Amino acid sequence: MKVCIIDYGMGNIKSVSNALDFLGFEYKIINHPGDNIEEKIIIPGVGAFGDAMKNFEPFLSKIREAIDSGIPILGICLGMQLFFENSEESGEINGISALKGCVTRPKTNLILPHMGWNSLKIHKPDCPLFEGIDNGYVYYAHSYHVDAEREVVAATSNYGSKIIASIWEDNIYGTQFHPEKSGEVGLKILKNFLEL
Amino acid sequence: MLQKRIIPCLDCDLGVSNGRVVKGIEFKDLEPIGSPQKLAEKYYENGADEIVFLDITASIKRRSTMSEIVEETSKNVFIPLTVGGGINSIKNARNLFNSGADKVTINTSAIKSPDLIDNLSSRFGSQACVVAIDAKRRLLDSKDDIENFTAVKTGEGYVWYECSIYGGNKFTDKDAIKWAKEIEKRGGGEILLTSMDRDGTTHGFDIPLIKKVSKEVNIPVIASGGCGNPQHIYEVFNKTEASAALASSIFHYESYTIKEIKEYLINKGISVRSPKDKK
Repeated sequence: MKVCIIDYGMGNIKSVSNALDFLGFEYKIINHPGDNIEEKIIIPGVGAFGDAMKNFEPFLSKIREAIDSGIPILGICLGMQLFFENSEESGEINGISALKGCVTRPKTNLILPHMGWNSLKIHKPDCPLFEGIDNGYVYYAHSYHVDAEREVVAATSNYGSKIIASIWEDNIYGTQFHPEKSGEVGLKILKNFLEL
Repeated sequence: MLQKRIIPCLDCDLGVSNGRVVKGIEFKDLEPIGSPQKLAEKYYENGADEIVFLDITASIKRRSTMSEIVEETSKNVFIPLTVGGGINSIKNARNLFNSGADKVTINTSAIKSPDLIDNLSSRFGSQACVVAIDAKRRLLDSKDDIENFTAVKTGEGYVWYECSIYGGNKFTDKDAIKWAKEIEKRGGGEILLTSMDRDGTTHGFDIPLIKKVSKEVNIPVIASGGCGNPQHIYEVFNKTEASAALASSIFHYESYTIKEIKEYLINKGISVRSPKDKK
């Protein structure tokens, strides 16, 4: 079984693949929409929503199909934001729209980007990503966050206001933070996803 | 709640095979410490929140050595890695990101062509673009100075801070406070602020400098230069709005471990990612 990391030209594939190597999981990097999707998908990503969706366009139908078929999919940071409908950051461009909600600028008086280690508050203890993790710190680096329906919120962090740290609905998982850069807590979260 | 970060800095001399970490005093007198990769791994295990690699040799032919160091380190170290020294193009930066760097830090090239800040942050995101300022105290001693530069009150009277480039070898006549604001406007994601007067002295951070810059900008400021003990780190977090403290000799010479520093800070009421929550 191989995990597919989608490489759509937005970011740090290397950090994610290093973590998978370290954890001992096989993966393949998908950089062509024609490549076969196997049992699990990771969508990494850093940068701006609009550029990301433009680059992501060729993969769109394939990813939607995979989501419908029930393949577990994990979006990291910008990768998670793409699951939603649209973003304040890039007006007209639509996201994958697998989940309801949009990407907005956090309503906080604190400085942005929200960068550094923040504590996690887990709202869905039954979310498989957080198995064996009751709290701990994770690493963030972002200026936008998702404004999603309560039902999909798996964890939050506090940064002047509530930031959605993680979402979960059926086979769709997402983290606003970077598990691949969050030390042992992050590696455990990735491992939990890989072992689904 | 966001935690204050503790960042070990590895000054790398890439003139030898696989590179070596060195320590300089006030940007001079270099002394070898050890292997960049091994030190990074040790600091990661000890609870560092991020690692900075600075190529102090910064020559073009040695840049591939830095990529190799980052590539090897990122296989075992799962915290953000920042790389700086001689980066002057999107292409340099991309090579480092492809090797596993999460952020690049630029100084000389940013001052020489400020557009590089805009370009890096629009291409890779502002979170990946750190701009370093090496600031030197200058006495405000003429009417012209007072008109041209931002006055900062210090123990030795009012001073202004001048930006330096080329690892402290060249001065620019540029006001560090104004430059910090411009960096933010251009999309820089963080400022790595080093006091050249304090660097390597272990006499403590330049509090007036860090206080002023961290108040004036709305992006994270990493305080650097002068850290000699945990009290200095407490002082910089207590008296300024710095988001992170960077140090090197305090870790290299094992005067204090990162764990000891964090325990000290937690006892003093500073929020840091506690080492015991590492697992």
